Amino acid sequence: MSIIIDKDSRVLVTGLTGRIGSFHAEEMREYGTNVVGGVTPGKGGTTHNGLPVFNTVKGAVAETEADLVIAFVPPPFAADSIMEAADAGIKTCVCIADGIPAQDMIRVKRYMRRYKSEKRMRLIGPNCAGIITPGQAFAGLMPPHIYLPGRVGIIGRSGTLGYEAASQMKEKGIGVSSSIGIGGDPINGSSFRDILELFENDEGTDAVVMVGEIGGPQEAEAAAYIRDHMKKPVAAYIAGLSAPKGRTMGHAGAIVSAFGESAQEKVEILGDAGVTIVPTPSAFGPVVEKMLKAA
Amino acid sequence: MDIHEYQAKELLREFGVNTPRGGIAYSPEQAVYRCSELSGERWVVKAQIHSGARGKAGGVRICSTEEEVSDAAAWMLGRKLVTHQTGPQGKLVSRLYIEEATNISQELYLAFVMDRKEERVVVVASSQGGMEIEEISDKEPDSIIRSVVDPAVGMQAFQAREIAFSLGLDPSLINQAAKTITGCYRLMEENDANMVEINPLVVTDANEIVALDGKLSFDDNALFRHAKISELRDKSQEDPRETYAGDRGLNYIGLEGEIGCIVNGAGLAMATLDMIKQSGGEPANFLDVGGGASPERVLMSFKAVLNDKNVEAILVNIFAGINRCDWIAEGVIRAVKELELKIPLVVRLSGTNVEEGRKLIADSGLNITTAETLAEAADLVVGAWKLARDA
Repeated sequence: MSIIIDKDSRVLVTGLTGRIGSFHAEEMREYGTNVVGGVTPGKGGTTHNGLPVFNTVKGAVAETEADLVIAFVPPPFAADSIMEAADAGIKTCVCIADGIPAQDMIRVKRYMRRYKSEKRMRLIGPNCAGIITPGQAFAGLMPPHIYLPGRVGIIGRSGTLGYEAASQMKEKGIGVSSSIGIGGDPINGSSFRDILELFENDEGTDAVVMVGEIGGPQEAEAAAYIRDHMKKPVAAYIAGLSAPKGRTMGHAGAIVSAFGESAQEKVEILGDAGVTIVPTPSAFGPVVEKMLKAA
Repeated sequence: MDIHEYQAKELLREFGVNTPRGGIAYSPEQAVYRCSELSGERWVVKAQIHSGARGKAGGVRICSTEEEVSDAAAWMLGRKLVTHQTGPQGKLVSRLYIEEATNISQELYLAFVMDRKEERVVVVASSQGGMEIEEISDKEPDSIIRSVVDPAVGMQAFQAREIAFSLGLDPSLINQAAKTITGCYRLMEENDANMVEINPLVVTDANEIVALDGKLSFDDNALFRHAKISELRDKSQEDPRETYAGDRGLNYIGLEGEIGCIVNGAGLAMATLDMIKQSGGEPANFLDVGGGASPERVLMSFKAVLNDKNVEAILVNIFAGINRCDWIAEGVIRAVKELELKIPLVVRLSGTNVEEGRKLIADSGLNITTAETLAEAADLVVGAWKLARDA
């Protein structure tokens, strides 16, 4: 079992014919991901590395029954691309772009509300490394070999820090059910809370590791959800203990601008909710190992 | 990106917001000339720096004679003002804004922010202007009014009126206030501002609503579609280390410590700083070298890090996904050779092509310490730094 993506997911790559889209689509196929085609407006009807290219997402869905879009579209055009996927009835859209204007994301989130919740697309990212179910499929930029298939879920705002967690767990022989990068932007698609709920209900997941950071309300929301609704154990690391206040630390969303948004405060809020705190970024392996033994 | 008050006021006026009359000055003589242009009996000399709380640092002076204006201008120009927002190094005053003084009968607070919980623009207003919003929410929390804007239709007139009435304004002022509020929203939306803050927004004794101060901040990610706003950038207000790195496409933030950092990924970079602290050191910077970094980009990162004269040791920490460890290693080797690096260097590589990368470094014969894990790397760099410092 897994969440969001598996070997049966029918993946459509928007921006397939670009350099980045093209490269990662090949990596994804090599791993076994069922990539069914791509979209590049104006290149419909052609093929790219043996994959059919379509002009529109709707056109691609009609032909390929794609249900998952990964968008390798540059930031100025990414919001449009997400809305196109939502309108075409796609189930999940993973958006990689780093640098989408915040007001574009406000419009995207508003636009997605025109669909009833059961028909609403699940957005992952933007500004994320993607999603993977080890041993089955991935949609993103991650090096897939660092993930051992297994029963611990990972959710992270940071790509490389998520790799750090996965590889430390692999060292200890701990595998991953699915790993979901929710991205580092201030306004994003799925939150920690949304993905925690999926892991809580996933039979293939026994525990969850959260990789959070300074800025925004989503770790605190997650803490409330864990306290009130989760039975599975959760471990969390929060990056940015040494980050100065009021500065944006690389990720547009990594800025402390309100009460409860510093790393110290988040660690405290999560700890109070019963979450096992990973005190340093080199302690993912041992802390998760200990948590699993105690469970 | 932040802009100066005088630039913000010019934009605000374009969107129908009243501001006092004023003019820019680069010298005490120009400041005095501005006073004669403005006429009147009292003027305000305001230092233009990218920071709030300028008044407490001596950057805002009310003057009643031209001599006072000249003295205030002479004192401010060329001075670095230190506020709680500038950091200890302060910000250089190279321009002044000279305004006619305003007779205030009431001070209000008005701001527009991107609310991350609502995922929308939220208007925050209070009848208790003049103090900072943190102070208002501390002392007068009940005075704070919040209103959420639906992005599908933008701010509606009724919302602006509701805010104006909630501020307790006289009915004769409601239309003027509503015009001010909707003007600010349009400014924010049309120019991709992240924040519009007017503190104080005042009611004058002539019963007019006037923005006495204006703070605008714009979304860096949207500057590509606002050429006019991009031109308002003032590099003299930035940390020169950050300007140097930023102009070369590097994501760099200057800090106060001695250990320079080159990392890929923002989260891992933050975590690396945390680990250095944990190991007893102080990071000199945050630097995310980004994905797919070429050897040239790594070399550039070394230059940016070494541009900070406080740096006494360097840690390179790479977990390669789309990056390649061999490229990173190549860049590191070139940097050590071309920049004749003398300070301790610790390199930790992991991920794509790690074996090739480690081999390149081992075969280089250069004095580079390598580490397998992040914890080991942090301990090694802090240890090497202490040893070099005490030597």
